[in-house]
This record gives sequence, structure tokens and C-alpha cells, in this order.
Amino acid sequence: MRDEVLKKILRAQDHKIPIALITRLSDGSQAVVDRKKSIDGDMTFSQQELEEVLSCIRDDKSRSLGGGEYFARVFNPKLRMVVVGAVHIAQALTPMAALANFEVTIVDPRGSFASDARFPGVNLMDEWPDEALVKLAPDTRTAVVTLTHDPKLDDPALEEALKTDAFYIASLGSKKTHSKRLERLRKAGFNEKTLKRINGPAGLDIGAVSPSEIAISILAELTAVLHHKDLR
Amino acid sequence: MEKSNDAIINSDVLKTISEWSNSGMKTAIATVIDTWGSSPRPAGSQLGVNERCEMIGSVSGGCIEGAVVKAALEVMEDKKPQILEFGVSNEDAWEVGLACGGNVKVYVEALES
Repeated sequence: MRDEVLKKILRAQDHKIPIALITRLSDGSQAVVDRKKSIDGDMTFSQQELEEVLSCIRDDKSRSLGGGEYFARVFNPKLRMVVVGAVHIAQALTPMAALANFEVTIVDPRGSFASDARFPGVNLMDEWPDEALVKLAPDTRTAVVTLTHDPKLDDPALEEALKTDAFYIASLGSKKTHSKRLERLRKAGFNEKTLKRINGPAGLDIGAVSPSEIAISILAELTAVLHHKDLR
Repeated sequence: MEKSNDAIINSDVLKTISEWSNSGMKTAIATVIDTWGSSPRPAGSQLGVNERCEMIGSVSGGCIEGAVVKAALEVMEDKKPQILEFGVSNEDAWEVGLACGGNVKVYVEALES
């Protein structure tokens, strides 16, 4: 790998631009391809090969192409997690999610919760959850987890999250709390199919009690959803 | 260089390669390019190696890294990429203990600075 190719990849990562590095395995020549099919490097590809590269980026799956002539290494931006509620469970969930390679943002308009002292080095937003979610624009590589139990904070977040392509939406609270929540969202105009996207109560039923155990159960469920693993 | 736990586990392999290179070290990158059976790390997994045999990332569950580092040191010298294959039928793999029954193909290239 030439140094300039390395620099191109690192620059794309810094700017959160999804790319694939294509290597011709017979001679080691390389090019960087982005989602607009622009090729940076001394290589040419057929339209069909470029489509294959795009599908690799879309599926976040590095693989060989052209019957093993090339290898496409995908470099996607990190997965994101938006946590609504700078509560005790968030203090466990945030570092665990970071270890699972998520870029985490915590949203909580209550200043005494979302403080740097409680969450050193974490992205904090002190806006109302619906406004924050519009700004963060969750996509297919984003998870949204609400933890406040407070309808004033959780509901606006869920309403905005359900309008996006977030791959995982979860809301903490007992079964009773969750059924009341669904009732409110029904009244707000969301249909059953849409409401099924909310994983509630958040997390796998592993008997979690402490904040860190609940964080484990949420991350376990999220991982299963990410990899399309049917839990039922 | 101080690194957070997060950075080490999620192994920003290329970032580390770049830092090693900037400090004047020779480096190589190994990438899993194909797998069959129950190999522990998927295609695209990367291991960075420097001339002091320091490693970041992984291309297996620790079974073949030793052999990959050996190849990486050669590649750092002659700059010729190598493709290594490890599997149950491969004596080298047994030697270094690829016990999972899977097969992996690894592409090893030097960073040419």
C-alpha cells in the first residue's frame, strides 16, 4: 500500500465518508472508490464491478470481487447510538457501546443529568430530544435508545426516531409503562406496524437488574437486530 | 503512545500503521481476503505489524498471527505482497495451531512510505 492511499483512507474516515479500497491481488495495485462510483487511483472497472463495490459498501461487507481478482475492503463510518436520558444506566451503556465500536451521543435537556462530570469525554446534547434527533438524523447505521421513563422526554424522541431509518429503536420501562407508551403513540397517529419497530421493554430478558446488566441486555438485543438474528 | 481501551479493541489498524510509519518504523498490513468454514474473523479483518513485531488488530483468534507476522517482516523488506493460506490441510497452520477447522486466505502488504 502506498502512503498516499493510506492517507486517502484515513481522510475519508475523518470526514465520515464511506469508501472501499480495491486491491488487485495479482499485482497489488489499489484504488479508492466512493458511493458516487468515483475512482481515486490508477485502475478501471466495468459498470458491473462498480455496482458490486457499491453493494459491498451498502452491506458493510468486505469481500473478493471478479472471481477473486480483486478484494474490496469497506471502510464505513462508525455505527452511531443516540441515548436519550443521561441516567445511571446511560453511564454503563455509554462505555460499553463505545467498546462495541459505536459513536455515542447522549441527549438530555436536564443539565444536572447531562454533565461532563457524569459523562467524561462523551458527546452531550442538552436540547429537547425531538430537536436533537432531527439534528442527528439517524440513518440505517444508527440506534436510538430512550432511558428516561418520562413521557415528556421519551415520547418526542420515539416519535422522531420512528420517522427515520434507525436500525434499532428501544425504550426502557416495564411492560406496563411500555403498553401505556404505545397507547399514547397510537393516539399520536402511529400504526401497529410502525410501533412494532420499538423494542420495548428495551433489551433481552436475561434477568438484568443492575445498570450494567441492563446495558448488557440492551447491547445484546441490538447486536442481534444488527445481524438480523431472529430472537423468537 | 497512550491509547484508550476502545481504540485498542476496535483497533484502528490503519491509524496505528500511520503512526508507526510517521515515527520511522517499517510496517505491513495483513487482511483476511477469504474464509471457508468456521474461521474466527470475517473477510476484511486486519492486522497491522511493525518492524518490532508489535501488532494491532487480528486476522484470527490468535491461531495464525505468529505466521502472519513472520511473512509481514519479509514483506517489509522486499515490498512484494504475499498471499498466505491457512487451513486444516496446511501443515504450517497446524504448526501454529489453527484448531478451529476453518480456512483463511490472508493478503500481506507493506506500507510503502
